Amino acid sequence: MEIPYVTEPRKDTGLYNSKVGIWLFLASEVMLFGAFFSSYILLRVGAEEGSWPTELLDVPIGTFNTIVLILSSVTVVLAWSALKLNKFNQYKFFQAITILCALIFIIVKSFEYRDKFTHYDIILKDGTRVDGHLVEMEIEREIEKPDKVDLVYPVKSPSEKGIQGYIVLSHPVSYPKEKRNQGRLDAVEAVKKQEKTAKEQGNYAGEHEDQLTISLKDIVWMTNWGPWANTYFAIYFTMTALHALHVIGGALVIAWLWGPGARMWKTDPERYINRVEVSGLFWHFVDLVWIFLFPVLYLL
Amino acid sequence: MSEHSPKEIYQERKRYLFVFGVLLVGTLLTVAASWIHFDLVAWTVTLALIIASVKGFFVAGYFMHLTNEKKTVYLVMAATVFFFVSLMFLTIWAMNDAPVGTTTNSN
Repeated sequence: MEIPYVTEPRKDTGLYNSKVGIWLFLASEVMLFGAFFSSYILLRVGAEEGSWPTELLDVPIGTFNTIVLILSSVTVVLAWSALKLNKFNQYKFFQAITILCALIFIIVKSFEYRDKFTHYDIILKDGTRVDGHLVEMEIEREIEKPDKVDLVYPVKSPSEKGIQGYIVLSHPVSYPKEKRNQGRLDAVEAVKKQEKTAKEQGNYAGEHEDQLTISLKDIVWMTNWGPWANTYFAIYFTMTALHALHVIGGALVIAWLWGPGARMWKTDPERYINRVEVSGLFWHFVDLVWIFLFPVLYLL
Repeated sequence: MSEHSPKEIYQERKRYLFVFGVLLVGTLLTVAASWIHFDLVAWTVTLALIIASVKGFFVAGYFMHLTNEKKTVYLVMAATVFFFVSLMFLTIWAMNDAPVGTTTNSN
């Protein structure tokens, strides 16, 4: 049986069927992301003043990724119009850029994720809060069954759980734990000033000197900056990971149409153009979501 | 989107590039706006969301051709907008709940 309305529009809808399908799917996607955005609003508004650490994300990297996605949206629509103009090679060229942009976006995002997962936040017994990038961690367990005493973050007083050892952090930032975000911002500023002065005076020892070794027995609480670290990272990872899955899914479809799926261009070009249009609509939606995610998570 | 002649498609392409420019400027404005210090955080949020909405309008309107679509798509989108706005209002109204411990029948 032949599938109806793959190219010609249905009389009642005025559209070919897969276009109706994609718009209904996008409607459900709006509600899916809407639910997360409303959760975000409640968490953001409910957060204590000064406890929402957007400054922990890298704005230039986020801006770069935003521009990459915008570029990919333009190339998708240019690729589709190239097919309309019967310029298949041009379509291939533009869509190759789209796939490349998707790859760049995901690679950059994974580096951002890695940067957070290897950043440790620690509260010491004396009330100091320290965070920095992990250089090295040496762990010894006193108990034979290691699975009972694994470091599952966040972890309270690791030494009381029979875990001994030390952790080495680079670029450490220390501040009193009561001061929360502002304390950290002030501390970061002070470190920058110190480095600048040292460089001006010619006695900056280099980054390798900027390390701190902390014994696990001095720690009352520690975590890395994973989704479990705080409310902010929980919603950040949830929303960006969901979005990244959409980027991967969309890129796979576009890549399939660009590669093996492109055979249809010879047998049924109209249908092929429609497939490209539908995949493009999904891709623009993914771009649209990021346009809101970027200011919400990186800037506000 | 309805059928277009090659000439119209070339014109469309120029529009796509224009929208690309608008989106780039919008992105830079969003970042710049976050540097402005407003007394009220609400102003920063409003400004950022207005810029994002304008960018969203250009993506949906021109890249997704929503400025020139069939009625069916508008119907689907109208329902979506209704439910999305309702969801956001639920969220906003939820913030008006009296905090725990301030009413007589809660603790």
